[in-house]
Amino acid sequence: MEETREIVIPGEILGDAKENKSSHGTYVEDGKIISKFLGISKKKGDYLSVIPLSGVYIPRREDRVIGFITSVEKVGWIVDINSPWEAFLSLSEAVDEFVDLKKVNITRYYDVGDVIYAQVVDTRRGDIQLSMNTPIARKLRNGVTINITPSKVPRLIGKEGSMINTIKEKTNTIIRVGQNGVVWISGEKIERAIKAIKMIDEKSHILGLTDEISKLLSD
Amino acid sequence: MVMKTKEKLIVKGKRLDGRKPDELREIEMKVGVIPNANGSAQVMFGNTVAVAGVYGPRTVHPRHLQEYDRAIIKCRYNMAPFSVEDRARPGPSRRSSEITKVTRLALEPALFLKDYPKTAIDVYIEILQADGSTRVTGINAASLALADAGVPMKDLVVALSGGKIDDTIIVDLCGKEDNYSEADIPCALMPRRKEITLLQMDGRLKPEEVKTIIKNVLKAGEEVYEKQKDALKKRYEK
Repeated sequence: MEETREIVIPGEILGDAKENKSSHGTYVEDGKIISKFLGISKKKGDYLSVIPLSGVYIPRREDRVIGFITSVEKVGWIVDINSPWEAFLSLSEAVDEFVDLKKVNITRYYDVGDVIYAQVVDTRRGDIQLSMNTPIARKLRNGVTINITPSKVPRLIGKEGSMINTIKEKTNTIIRVGQNGVVWISGEKIERAIKAIKMIDEKSHILGLTDEISKLLSD
Repeated sequence: MVMKTKEKLIVKGKRLDGRKPDELREIEMKVGVIPNANGSAQVMFGNTVAVAGVYGPRTVHPRHLQEYDRAIIKCRYNMAPFSVEDRARPGPSRRSSEITKVTRLALEPALFLKDYPKTAIDVYIEILQADGSTRVTGINAASLALADAGVPMKDLVVALSGGKIDDTIIVDLCGKEDNYSEADIPCALMPRRKEITLLQMDGRLKPEEVKTIIKNVLKAGEEVYEKQKDALKKRYEK
């Protein structure tokens, strides 16, 4: 399946609504499917979609995100997840054991400045709830984080993880990618991995990027 | 300011800068000029230069301004002190507050604000050099900056001014024409469905003349729209 990398602008007509279906990043008006974003148009079966080339992260349920604890509340934590809204991690979603709030200071679990890998469980009306009750969730220690454009996360991961695995192998690092565009890296050749990730962020709309990245990393 | 001897603004069908009545000035548009902002653009119409930066959607400060079901636009139009020949007094003025408001109203219909409840989109427009039609230049820059920031939009917003000098209908007024025109109409529109989002008038015109000006602006707007398209696509072509 060859992907087309045609750049479309907001308001550009992509196709007829009778023959196609409107998907992400598009809307229907007067029987036409129209792009909402400056992005790359894609056609998969009947569905027409536009992947934006820029923009903020919109949380969705079940997304795995990397967040920074910004403050400690009475029964939970406020987390910055690089989106327009703050997220909340409640104590019951964070800790399995019984916690006696009179005796225990909850900063022993998470404190301001900690980096966590968590899952979004609720997003109603900009009220975002996180959970650590999933096997993948954990606190991330001893690494660096960089930000990329959130809409380019699938590109960074690649088909079945092909892109990210190439970077991991060639640079001998551990990388975690949050859907929110925050990437956490730990390991040996961190700088080289960052260079590769930044390049993917900049050149995501170019075809044949996987080859270019493996070339960059094998130098 | 009263002119003693009335200078002719149109001589032999040509304007002060040698343009035909329905000819635009040289237009230059550049997207992504402010790396810190989520989206930005610089637009030049002849000697008028506007820079726009868009931040967000992000949390609203102060909190009480937030709307629970949609995003708000926080707009600011400002003229740099060095933008005009004698110094423009810095800070907000009656004029800039008005332009801020009409700019916001011109941009709002083009955006899907319901996609981002409880947030604010900041739009800053800075006029670096003023030579007539600054508000439409600012709107063009803001439209590009919003698209660059990845804010969902129904359509781009194209803005252009029209007017009347020496009984001739013209488009895209320059500074001198702006000062001595019989009337001028700044106009913003969404080109695909030809919806007008800003229409102001300064001066006196007959109803038919207004209609002709709007018709001319809609026609010349196509050219500006093409320039906007090119500028956006050029950002990702290297």
